[in-house]
Amino acid sequence: MAEVRISGLHKYYGPVHALKGIDLTVGDGEFAVFVGPSGCGKSTLLRTIAGLEEEDDGEIRIGGQVVNDMRPRDRNIAMVFQNYALYPYLTVYDNIAFGLRARKVGEAEIKKRVDDAAAMLGITALLQRFPRQLSGGQRQRVAIGRAIVRQAQLFLFDEPLSNLDAKLRDEMRGEIKRLHKDISTTMIYVTHDQVEAMTLADRIVLLRDGRIEQQGSPLELFERPATGFVASFLGSPSINLIPAKLVRRGTAAAVLLASGEALELPEARAASLDAGGERAVILGIRPQHLGHAVGGAAAPGVARVSATVDLIQPTGTRTYVTSRIGGVPVTAELDAHDVHEQGAMLDYEVDMRRCLLIDPATDRVI
Amino acid sequence: MRMAGRARRKTGKLALRYAAATIITIIFLFPVYWLFMISFKTPDEIFHVPPLWVPGEIQFSNYWVLFKDGDVKVIWNSLVVAGTSSAIAMLLGTFCAYSLARFNTGGENLAMWIISQRMIPPIAVVFPIFLIYVYFGMVDTYAGLILLYTAFNLPYVIWMMRGYIVDIPLELEESALVDGCTRWQTFWRVVFPMARTGLMATAVFTFVFAWNDFLFALILTRTEVITFPVMLTHYFGGQSNFWAKIAAMSVLGTLPIFIAVTLMQRYLVRGISLGAVKG
Repeated sequence: MAEVRISGLHKYYGPVHALKGIDLTVGDGEFAVFVGPSGCGKSTLLRTIAGLEEEDDGEIRIGGQVVNDMRPRDRNIAMVFQNYALYPYLTVYDNIAFGLRARKVGEAEIKKRVDDAAAMLGITALLQRFPRQLSGGQRQRVAIGRAIVRQAQLFLFDEPLSNLDAKLRDEMRGEIKRLHKDISTTMIYVTHDQVEAMTLADRIVLLRDGRIEQQGSPLELFERPATGFVASFLGSPSINLIPAKLVRRGTAAAVLLASGEALELPEARAASLDAGGERAVILGIRPQHLGHAVGGAAAPGVARVSATVDLIQPTGTRTYVTSRIGGVPVTAELDAHDVHEQGAMLDYEVDMRRCLLIDPATDRVI
Repeated sequence: MRMAGRARRKTGKLALRYAAATIITIIFLFPVYWLFMISFKTPDEIFHVPPLWVPGEIQFSNYWVLFKDGDVKVIWNSLVVAGTSSAIAMLLGTFCAYSLARFNTGGENLAMWIISQRMIPPIAVVFPIFLIYVYFGMVDTYAGLILLYTAFNLPYVIWMMRGYIVDIPLELEESALVDGCTRWQTFWRVVFPMARTGLMATAVFTFVFAWNDFLFALILTRTEVITFPVMLTHYFGGQSNFWAKIAAMSVLGTLPIFIAVTLMQRYLVRGISLGAVKG
């Protein structure tokens, strides 16, 4: 087990500046997930920690030790690859034992560790098979087994589930989470899937264009995103971003949509804003914070707006209803039993207490 | 009824195909068959009119003469130079190929330049090489031929092995590196078994090239390290050709290639790398 401490890390690929000064600490036993769109540098960062890529500047410490000049084998880490990386000419047993044999561990000890790992992963019956005789999920288990037997101080996962189908992915995600609970080794997991990030992580590190955009617990990032990018990356369906104007008059404040509606902000929220005048903002509302308005007056802090229903997408549990509000398509997540009709007018209520106001120039949340 | 008709047509087609295959095989195998038969015939049988399809009895005197006169040493010479040069070329070439494939040594152009060396017509360089060999006293030595065949086979080995190594998923090596292997261990434990099929096939081709070479062996040998193709020409005399010796020597010279190709067969079976990576 070990803490990973990274400071001032830079990486170039020729003219491409892939990592632009990463500062990051992953605590002992913590499950950190690097997430971001493709090309954001998350895999590069992971591979640099593993020693498979060489950093151009900065320092990496694992368990207090600077590992910059260490070979991958000396860093005492285990890594699970996206493509499983199983050796096709070795049986499952020999695949799992591979790393131990390379380190000259005794055969008796190897057998014990392989058997334990196989039992843990439920692949004991497969030990004498070859990788080509296994399904995708079984191969992934073998790859994880190979990491477990190493008893390394740090586990690295590079998009381990992206080759699996949806059902298996959910299953394996659960198993990885349980594995972390059982062996409580420090783990770093790379994915582009926000659901994996939210469900697995103790700490999400969201990367964008070679920089850390924001890091924190999943709920922290979901509820208090620092930027519009973070807000739109996490959550499904993704957050609605509506270009608008923020207008302040006295102690009150409202968001003025391009289509003319004014959505009043709650007083507490208005008080925290800069005084006076008008400024361009992007209004961010999660689909879950839009509702179907019924009955008399709106509750305090809730605004109302009417729009034509353009699209209805039932999912069984919830129904996604899309309308044009403020000139852009806006999706609301409504009750599945609340029946709507395409082309009809619908009164929405907008929970302004939970809306985000984003500065369009800087992408920062105000 | 219609089903039966279709089945009959299918059977007829298949029979035609087999017939064609049999005829073609006979045409191609006939010279080999004739060579084998001559090697077992007596001089009278060889020149018999009309030609005899099979010798009266299988007798080995033609081979015995080769052994008695010490002519079979040329087979040994061929084995030594072809075997040693192939082994050296495979070893050096595979390391070079690994370097080109994984560290991108010299960029794309170096690999291209290396294979271009193989395109030089050998006849264009054989006399300069002869003069150099005379100067260094390497004419008619094992070392001279081995060096030459190694040099000629290296570009081919590098080019072929580079292709095979590039096809090995990089993750397999990276996984081994993280799991505790050094670069060398990764090479022996991952690259080597993964590229085994290509390695064996390439080795057979380099061996065959050196085994079959006539031009360099003719120019660069005198008496000591004459190889089997050169020896064959000695049997074509001014007044007469020693057909019995030619046939027996040809059979002896063909056997190692037969063996090598037969051994290679099992490495041509594909599928060993299936399952490494989803795909």
